[in-house]
Amino acid sequence: MSLSATTAPPSPAAPPSPDVDRRRSRGRLLNRLDVKYSPYLYIAPFFLIFGAFGLYPMVRTAWMSLHDWDMIGEHSFIGFDNYTRLFSDEYFWNALVNTFGIFALSTIPQLLLALFLANLLNRTFLRAKTFFRMAIFMPNVVSVAAVAIVFGMLFQREFGLFNWLLSLVGVDPVDWDGQRWSSWFAISSMVNWRWTGYNTLILLAGMQAIPKDLYEAAAIDGASPWRQFWQITLPMLKPTFIFVVILSTIGGMQLFTEPLLFANGNILGGSQREFQTLAMYMYEMGIVNLNSAGYGAAVAWAIFMIIILVSLFNFLLVRRSAK
Amino acid sequence: MSVTTRRTRLAAAALAAITAVSGLAACGNDDDKPAAGEKPAKLVVDTFGEFGYEELVKQYEKDTGIKVELRKTAQLAEYRPKLVRYLATGKGAADVTALEEGILNEFKPNARNWADLNPLVADHSKEFLPWKWELGKAPDGRLIGLPTDVGSLAVCYRKDLFQAAGLPTERDQVSALWPDWKGFHDAGLKYKQGSGGKAFIDSITAVSNGVMFQGNGDLFYDKEDNIIADTSPAVKNAWDTATSMADISAKAQTWSPEWSGGFKQGTFAATFCPSWMLGIVSENSGAANKGKWDVASVPGGGGNWGGSWLAVPAQSKYPKEAAKLAEYLTNAKSQVEAFKAKGPLPTNLEALKNEAFIGYTNEYFSNAPTGKIFGESVAKIQPTHLGPKHQAVKENALEPALRAFESGQADKAKAWEQFTKDAKTQGAF
Repeated sequence: MSLSATTAPPSPAAPPSPDVDRRRSRGRLLNRLDVKYSPYLYIAPFFLIFGAFGLYPMVRTAWMSLHDWDMIGEHSFIGFDNYTRLFSDEYFWNALVNTFGIFALSTIPQLLLALFLANLLNRTFLRAKTFFRMAIFMPNVVSVAAVAIVFGMLFQREFGLFNWLLSLVGVDPVDWDGQRWSSWFAISSMVNWRWTGYNTLILLAGMQAIPKDLYEAAAIDGASPWRQFWQITLPMLKPTFIFVVILSTIGGMQLFTEPLLFANGNILGGSQREFQTLAMYMYEMGIVNLNSAGYGAAVAWAIFMIIILVSLFNFLLVRRSAK
Repeated sequence: MSVTTRRTRLAAAALAAITAVSGLAACGNDDDKPAAGEKPAKLVVDTFGEFGYEELVKQYEKDTGIKVELRKTAQLAEYRPKLVRYLATGKGAADVTALEEGILNEFKPNARNWADLNPLVADHSKEFLPWKWELGKAPDGRLIGLPTDVGSLAVCYRKDLFQAAGLPTERDQVSALWPDWKGFHDAGLKYKQGSGGKAFIDSITAVSNGVMFQGNGDLFYDKEDNIIADTSPAVKNAWDTATSMADISAKAQTWSPEWSGGFKQGTFAATFCPSWMLGIVSENSGAANKGKWDVASVPGGGGNWGGSWLAVPAQSKYPKEAAKLAEYLTNAKSQVEAFKAKGPLPTNLEALKNEAFIGYTNEYFSNAPTGKIFGESVAKIQPTHLGPKHQAVKENALEPALRAFESGQADKAKAWEQFTKDAKTQGAF
């Protein structure tokens, strides 16, 4: 019985079994679904995390900013009152001026120095390139708190190194955290020390992406290195430079740890708020003062809008000047 | 590419997404309330600085079989934001939470965050310093905290520097130098003269603290919690006394590097010491200066600077047991033990009469009988009503204005204007 069954000739036009057919079509369906939807799944973790830790807090902050919000008590809807209050708030404007002052003092010299250093590191004749590139990045690895504490000690009034150096050349000791200019200078020196190397490396990477034959052709045409820098490096570096400027803008507008530690942890930033930044003011209103969390949220959104405005302004400025 | 590898990838991606989602969901709630009468396996205690509870808690574990986790935070400045987060999100708070005077006042307007201890513990109202007990109550009558320690005032001074400047060094003679604040200023001027122009005290904000807490009336708030910072005679008195001391001040902001370094360098010869400050003075001055410091009484009678309570957050799952633990930690025996361990000054009347407390001497401060000195000044403390945002007005309005005057950035009138303006915004609630 069994023998005859196995030797039975297969029918020549046997239709494919319905099972195989179903499996194949199911495979095709899965395949189609896979092609269509799995990319979304691959990127889903980012969006979920961004949604939870980025978008949600932003929306929630916006919601809070429309309320009279007590951190540990009641809250009531007050519309845009918090925002209108910002305009007549002397300390908000004071913080804005401080932030821009420190931002200008740290960003402009820093980017110029970074550009100079990157150009230097980009030279072909430089020995031990990797060593220098690593060395220049080192300050960025040190924790902000450590930098702020060490610089805070250097800038001390009584036992600080800088005042001691000044005394050697007969200059009276400076009360670094007592005046605007000196405190701004001290804080921006911390920022510069920490971030110059970081920006140098980004600019260097941008420079390395510029085709070498452009320089060779320019050299054959008799262009000096200085002229090559102006005519080739800078224009080609424009996108990288815009990126660096925007990064620095965001960092500068959010400046918090350095001035806070420079003030020995006092959120006011000096006895007359000489160096209280916007981020510090936001923290003072939103976290330190329990009952003005809504106003603090409004300050947070104001910082967000300012960052966008300043980035846009920088972007236009850099794009125009590089043309 | 085969279907199976694609499927594995699909599965992997789905798994990643699910992990992310469930990871977020894990931050959700677990509000399972225990059955009534169920004994907790563990209670958590949150403190800042040094409360000296280590040994006491071990004893409690042995007696009750309930495990106690002691969570210590070094500084109040770190402790407060954590606590605010626990309260704002409704989770994470310890079962027993230490509250410093300043934060307690801030939390009083929203007293519902705290369990009412009245029905949970026996009536202890007669066992503690009456004013300290009263401060633990919220305006709605709720008993928020059981008193722990109090920050009775004294003056810490450097004997060696006093001697070099021609001032007496023996602690009773030194105390006799300054029966009042005028006498204190005169001693400072004498020191300045004798030492070749050196500063006498660390800062004028230290002086204002000393004067303010001597209980000469309402400070920034009246009894109904209206802000009266600009008209309060007690504040004006503290302001005038403090600003008059600018000529003998080292202008070293409390907690700044200039201040901590100043103890070792001798940039000032005296400072105001609530009992909890003794440990900080000895730590900043270092072993090399052991025996050079001593403790004298404060000009113008006793005062209080700081001090804490133990409270039970409303979110605690075991309010009854937590209240019992707080009760145990604040009883007379425990307070004496804690004082001997880490120095917080008792507020329990029986503890203040205890021989072990009264007889205690501090080796670092030339064997000063700190138990006796602080114990006596505790009795002289007058109750001071502190409003809801007392701490904010003091730290963010009064002290910056005093410092602006002290460092010469603002004259007296301008500094006062700065203070009254800031007091209004900082004191609003």
